[in-house]
Amino acid sequence: MIFVLEDTINGILMGSIYGLTALGLTIIFGVLKVINFAHGSMLMVGMYVAYWAVALTGLHPYMALFVVVPVMFFFGYYVQDLIIKPIFKAEKEVREPITVIIVTTGIWYILDNLTLLLFGPDYRILQDNPLRGKMLEAGQMLISVPKLWGFCAAVVTAASVYVFFQKTRMGRAIRATSLDREAASLMGINQYKVYNIAFGIGTASAGIAAITLVPFFNVYPTVGVLFDIKGFIIVVLGGLGSIWGAIVGGIIIGLIESVAPQFMTATWTEAIVYGLFLLVLFVKPSGLFGVKYDW
Amino acid sequence: MSFLEVEEINVFYGDVQVIFDLSLHVEEGEVVSIIGGNGAGKSTLLKTISCLLHPQSGQIRFENALLQNATPEEIVARGIVQVPEGRRLFSLMSVYDNLVVGAYNRRAAGSQEESLQQVYTMFPRLKERTSQIAMTLSGGEQQMVAIARGLMARPKLLMLDEPSLGLAPVLIKSIFKTIRAIADQGTTVLLVEQDVNHSLSLSDRGYVLEHGRIAMEGQAAHLLEDPHIKAAYLGL
Ligand SMILES: Nc1ncnc2c1ncn2[C@@H]1O[C@H](COP(=O)(O)OP(=O)(O)OP(=O)(O)O)[C@@H](O)[C@H]1O
Ligand SMILES: [Mg+2]
Repeated sequence: MIFVLEDTINGILMGSIYGLTALGLTIIFGVLKVINFAHGSMLMVGMYVAYWAVALTGLHPYMALFVVVPVMFFFGYYVQDLIIKPIFKAEKEVREPITVIIVTTGIWYILDNLTLLLFGPDYRILQDNPLRGKMLEAGQMLISVPKLWGFCAAVVTAASVYVFFQKTRMGRAIRATSLDREAASLMGINQYKVYNIAFGIGTASAGIAAITLVPFFNVYPTVGVLFDIKGFIIVVLGGLGSIWGAIVGGIIIGLIESVAPQFMTATWTEAIVYGLFLLVLFVKPSGLFGVKYDW
Repeated sequence: MSFLEVEEINVFYGDVQVIFDLSLHVEEGEVVSIIGGNGAGKSTLLKTISCLLHPQSGQIRFENALLQNATPEEIVARGIVQVPEGRRLFSLMSVYDNLVVGAYNRRAAGSQEESLQQVYTMFPRLKERTSQIAMTLSGGEQQMVAIARGLMARPKLLMLDEPSLGLAPVLIKSIFKTIRAIADQGTTVLLVEQDVNHSLSLSDRGYVLEHGRIAMEGQAAHLLEDPHIKAAYLGL
């Protein structure tokens, strides 16, 4: 029994990190109405930035926050501004331009291959970092410390983004644009600037996820793919565009992954995940928390 | 030079021309109506002035400056604000959030609180409903929010696209009264309407738009007496 509880807790913790990796995907979709297929690769870039920031300076892994968040914000900001925006402008009349999706797929390939070229295919892990393998003993249970911090990071990040969207001038402009681009521009809002900032925020949140992963997760050029597929399932489960839906969707996936193997062979867990995914698509296509696209 | 000057513009959607050699002008402090039936090109004209569309030829000037190739945001920053057809509220946002988004442009942002007090005085109903989600408001309340949101942007020229659309007769009267009050407080108004009687009654001048061309123009009082307008638009 105690093992089930332990698995449940660790499943929730890991799941919230999955949710954090998917947060940016849902934010970017909510505003631009485009699935960013490069999101996993951007997470991968964040992991490399975090890895090197820590490996080269020997700082505590979480100190990488001060490097990774601004770097990733501007990375996302300029990917949208320099690569995606021109395509949006060329396809002004299309509500969900397919060419933008194709371009994000291109960015995915370029980032993954560029990383392979620069750093090779090696699996990298931060050796002897203070968080690696660290466990918290609670009664007879062992709780992973870096995952516990990941949970905190997910909740704090989601709450911060939520408050930013609800209470600030730019946050309201972002929500207005996500609801009606044309009406927003008639209110003096520059649609493309909003897109840049939404992309920056989404990418920065992937950076925060990267920092929570790096102390206990291998870094390699295609690591993003792993989170990409989970991310798509999570945002559909939680509701495309829903911030809290992403976190809850992540926790559901994390729970299935950690608890289900107790009761069945591990190969079944994926079947359950995809089964649930299909069920939600059939029963509630807008996802568990999908209230159109507002936050 | 006029406050707003539209000179011989031609506007297309793809290959289809919708506005033909259209010229008009609006003077500071005036209320000018543009009337015309469905599909005449009224909304297209307002979208062109707001720079959501760009004319293939012709020019638009506002306060003597050309609006060529400007973006919609720049137009708002210069003081031309449109209340679009069908209200176009930010449906899932509260009344308050809708109003505050109206004050997004830099010129208006500084006086946001003052503007809020002004629109709440004009529409006391909205003050009671600040936290209600826009989508759940009645049609009349939604139109109040749309106009109030436009005022929050501190317009020098306010353009309204069919504000009476879909409202009950009582509400129509009060909306037109409000528009007159806005004009009396010094805002120039360009009003697009199909309710010819009401709109011409509160306007200084009017233009009749038919098939993308100005068919007639003149003092509002004269247009109301015109036999063609009486027959075609007033059903008399
Ligand atoms: N996005 C568009 N693409 C192609 N044609 C359009 C588009 N928008 C409007 N039109 C066409 O342009 C013409 C003028 O439309 P517009 O909306 O300006 O008319 P309107 O006078 O505002 O009519 P209403 O009173 O019904 O609102 C119509 O024939 C319409 O079908
Ligand atoms: Mg119209």
